[in-house]
Amino acid sequence: MDLRKDKKKDMLCTAVALAAMFIVLLVMELTMKSTSILFTVMKKGVIYALVAVSMNLLNGFTGLFSLGQAGFMLIGAYTYSILSMPVSVKMGESVYKYYDCAIGIELGIFPSLILAGVIAAVFAALIGLPVLRLKSDYLAIATLGFAEILRALFQWDAMGPVTNGANVLRQYKDLTKVKIPFTNIQFPPTLFCFLVSGICIAIIVLLINSSYGRAFKAIRDDEIAAEAMGINLFKHKEMSFVISSFFAGISGAMLAMFQYTVQAAQFKTAMTYEILLIVVIGGIGSVTGSCIASFLFIACNEWWLRFLDESSNNILGLNILRSGFRKVVFSIIIMIIVLFFSKGIMGDREFSWARIRAFFARFKKKAAASEGGEPNV
Amino acid sequence: MSFLQNSLPYILAGISVGGQYALIAIGYTMVYGILRLINFAHGDVFMAAGMFMVFLSASLPLGAAVPLVLVLTVLLGFMIERVAYKPLRSAPRMSVMISAIGVSYLLQNCALYFTGGLAKVYPQLPWLSDTVTIFGAVTKRVTLITPILTLILVIGLSLFIKYTKVGMAMRAVSKDFETARLMGIKVNSVISSTFIIGSLLAAVGSLLYFTNYASVTPTSGGMPGLKCFVAAVFGGIGSIPGAVIGAFIIGICENIIKGLGWTTFSDAFTFALLIVILLVKPTGLFGEKATDKV
Repeated sequence: MDLRKDKKKDMLCTAVALAAMFIVLLVMELTMKSTSILFTVMKKGVIYALVAVSMNLLNGFTGLFSLGQAGFMLIGAYTYSILSMPVSVKMGESVYKYYDCAIGIELGIFPSLILAGVIAAVFAALIGLPVLRLKSDYLAIATLGFAEILRALFQWDAMGPVTNGANVLRQYKDLTKVKIPFTNIQFPPTLFCFLVSGICIAIIVLLINSSYGRAFKAIRDDEIAAEAMGINLFKHKEMSFVISSFFAGISGAMLAMFQYTVQAAQFKTAMTYEILLIVVIGGIGSVTGSCIASFLFIACNEWWLRFLDESSNNILGLNILRSGFRKVVFSIIIMIIVLFFSKGIMGDREFSWARIRAFFARFKKKAAASEGGEPNV
Repeated sequence: MSFLQNSLPYILAGISVGGQYALIAIGYTMVYGILRLINFAHGDVFMAAGMFMVFLSASLPLGAAVPLVLVLTVLLGFMIERVAYKPLRSAPRMSVMISAIGVSYLLQNCALYFTGGLAKVYPQLPWLSDTVTIFGAVTKRVTLITPILTLILVIGLSLFIKYTKVGMAMRAVSKDFETARLMGIKVNSVISSTFIIGSLLAAVGSLLYFTNYASVTPTSGGMPGLKCFVAAVFGGIGSIPGAVIGAFIIGICENIIKGLGWTTFSDAFTFALLIVILLVKPTGLFGEKATDKV
């Protein structure tokens, strides 16, 4: 009885915290300048959080070491930008300069977003059929290979009428074009990113806590034992792969919205590595860890370590600080985390109110003890 | 005859690239054979060797620069193993692989920092960079030297592994890590020597490769690295002759595809080959069958 009460209380706490976060966001967006770097970091951070959580679903919860995330983001980004681009732009010369666009339809933002995920999922289902029979590092290298093949495919000349070849796609519906439904007022862009990512991550969390999620974890811990318990290995692996790719596709689509332009050349292996490093820093098998890590990663990469790149900050006449030094420092930090804190920020635990309460209780006790006051209660 | 004249340059380039890939692929296959680790950083060690050459040749005569490049690359490979892989020896395989990815990220970012992101022009090596004409096809001399040099090095390596004590220890460790340790083999020094040999061959490979391509960028190690890993898988991971044959096949096919005008797909082809091989014969051409014990 008491346990259930605690659980209810925790859920209430979470709901209040989330609501507070959204309200703070809304207030910030309405009062602060929209060009502030804070918003850029938050938008990109939340987009990466979604793809990191989707990768964590595969790597951390199902134990499938897949490195194909950038490929699925690429599909999502392209699907979204092609579908949401106004027909007049498609037929004009400004984007499809060398090709005649073959897609004559234009969809709204939400259908395009969902279709971006669906098409990524369809590709994943096809790729998963052969690839998921492989194990550990072979699976990693095969998914990496498929991501590269996808990138080549999207840059192929013959695909030009759809993908515009290796050229940039732009003038589709980006973040500034999101309107509040039934009105003509612009939806606050950061809030939009948080909402979409938040809903997606919530769905993933629900999935992880369902019986399917338990089956995934069983597969991660021991495939043979899981199979002996009657879990259909292939079905569950395929399911995890497809769902993860669906959300990677959505996050790719949001990245496209955030960036205003899309080019296949951007979705390289290095991007997958970055996402993997986020997952590792946050802790493999922790959703909250991935979220925290992605904000830290993006903030360090885009904002906090910027001063290292400016040669005007050099002291003692040394010429160490110059463009690119930030990335060196950053990768050394990552190596230190990988080598000495291999559990990451959260390990495989989740954020929980119970632990925070326990922490404060201990803190209070310590304070009381150091004051030499009342005996422990 | 005209067919020969048209396609010969591509085939020659393919053989030459294949030889260069073979030298890198050996590093992958040996490390995988012993540690069961895809050394994602190996391609970047290869790139680093190219960068060393660019920077050293700017201030030193070539006769001094080339040996120094080899020494520095070997040192780099050795250091990477000691710093990034050795502390994780008892950790799960995934963490070692992530560490390898981290090292790769670090090396690329260091290269980016030192070059300022610009492509660096690789120095012309006298004699190797000279152009020659065979059967009407014009090519650099390095194209002809590469396969020969590769074969010499591979035969030397095979003899080394077969007849020396270190070689025997390597074979033992790759067969069974734990038992080898129980038999008194110093596993750590064996692993170090594997990395030293791998890096040395990668350095030689980079000398040949960049002489052909003439410029080095921080990311120029990534793709060749992945391809060489594919070559190692194709030939059967852990097998040196397999890796060499795989590398030659990939190099030649890739250049033929380029010759047919499908340049976009030359990288994709390699991965398609990998996937087909993994599905049809996961152990590769010469790989040993591994049995999983429950």
